Amino acid sequence: MVGEVTVLVPRLLQPLVDGREELRFDVGGGASVEELLDAIGSEFPVFERRLRDETGKLRRYVNIYLDGEDVRRLAGLQTNASAGQELMVIQSVAGG
Amino acid sequence: MTNDEAKPKGSRTTLLAVGTKKGLWLGTSADRSNFTFTGPHFLMHEIPSIGLDTRGGSTRILVGLRSEHWGPTVAHSDDFGATWQEPEKGAITFPEDTGAALERVWQIQPDSEGCPGVVWAGCEPISLWKSTDGGEHFELNRGLWNHPHRTEWGAGFGGAAAHTVLPNPADPNSIHIAMSTGGVYRSTDAGESWEARNKGISAYFMPDPLPEFGQCVHKVARDPNNPDVLYAQNHHGVYRTDDAGDNWISIAEGLPTDFGFTVLTHPSRSGTAWVVPIMADGERIPPQGQLAVHRTDDAGKSWTRLADGLAEPDYNVVLRDAAAVDTAEPAGLYFGTRGGSVYASADEGGHFAEVLSHLPDVLCVRAAAVEL
Repeated sequence: MVGEVTVLVPRLLQPLVDGREELRFDVGGGASVEELLDAIGSEFPVFERRLRDETGKLRRYVNIYLDGEDVRRLAGLQTNASAGQELMVIQSVAGG
Repeated sequence: MTNDEAKPKGSRTTLLAVGTKKGLWLGTSADRSNFTFTGPHFLMHEIPSIGLDTRGGSTRILVGLRSEHWGPTVAHSDDFGATWQEPEKGAITFPEDTGAALERVWQIQPDSEGCPGVVWAGCEPISLWKSTDGGEHFELNRGLWNHPHRTEWGAGFGGAAAHTVLPNPADPNSIHIAMSTGGVYRSTDAGESWEARNKGISAYFMPDPLPEFGQCVHKVARDPNNPDVLYAQNHHGVYRTDDAGDNWISIAEGLPTDFGFTVLTHPSRSGTAWVVPIMADGERIPPQGQLAVHRTDDAGKSWTRLADGLAEPDYNVVLRDAAAVDTAEPAGLYFGTRGGSVYASADEGGHFAEVLSHLPDVLCVRAAAVEL
């Protein structure tokens, strides 16, 4: 647990991470959200492609919250995540 | 996702794949009238493109799917939809140097028997892709991507896409594509270079109504025996070329309107094509709300209205890829509407039966004879 960030996976995408509700990544002294997504992509590339396009941009209707704060309102994907923090992936309310 | 009930064992049957705004339905039938369907597969994903690859005696179903939230991707099934595979890195992803990202896969087109494993894809943003491994990994066609016309290509209402890909079964170096907007382009060097081929096709919405390129060609279909003969349904205008696109002539006379999205050719007989007319650009319903298919058997000299079995009235249109033919004799004809009806005809349009109803908007229909 020490040094880890917890990533909460939305139910719809859990089949892409072996059915897990959450993932844990050791960030040592801290890591940007982008680096966390890179780490996720190494282990679960299909899941990661649901969150970002091939340019690395967060998909329009994907939101990522760090301890409840939308990273778009922080420093975007350069937002730093520290050990003990929680990263939540949620899809926007969109569609018809 | 497993459903074995849809599979009559050990029989030659027709596979009908229906892609909609919110999922995929797969049907099988021994008589092309009574279908058993599974679905929705990929619920809440739009399915704008389907490829049925039956070369070599096996069947691979390829689908371009797109979630409003989670983006586009390509998946394939080798067991009639019981299971699906998605390449880990994605079948279609733009190379880093392009700075582009895939928006939607508009077309998945297996090449001919003579090019096993080759599958083409047309995508948004306007791009052409080629796979040599049955559709698991595609390479960007750089000739088209770097085309000097690119900055002047536009976006139709649905997005800027290469939506039609027509490899030439007689010549692997020859291939036609169509895009909205941009029009028809042809390569004669296996995709190394591309030339606009729109002479005679109207672009009434532009200052020059007959430009070299910029047309909004909605769909193109190739004659089964003479690959230089192609038919085009334009954004107002129905055309035929007899010289591989060098010149297009109008064949709209005899049709109730010249607007529409789809055009199909017969799988084995020259001179036969189908269109589904829509009233006009500014009035996108079937003429007078009476949905009908029109068929020519003389290469566009005359047209026959076909509506037996279709609902009346019906104010829904048939989109560019929401229609297909199979390879049987007589040919089966299939189409779906934006109102969610799917019709099948086992006699080239003589009579239709509604085989699915009240689906989400039908975006893509494909049919093939398969061995289960």
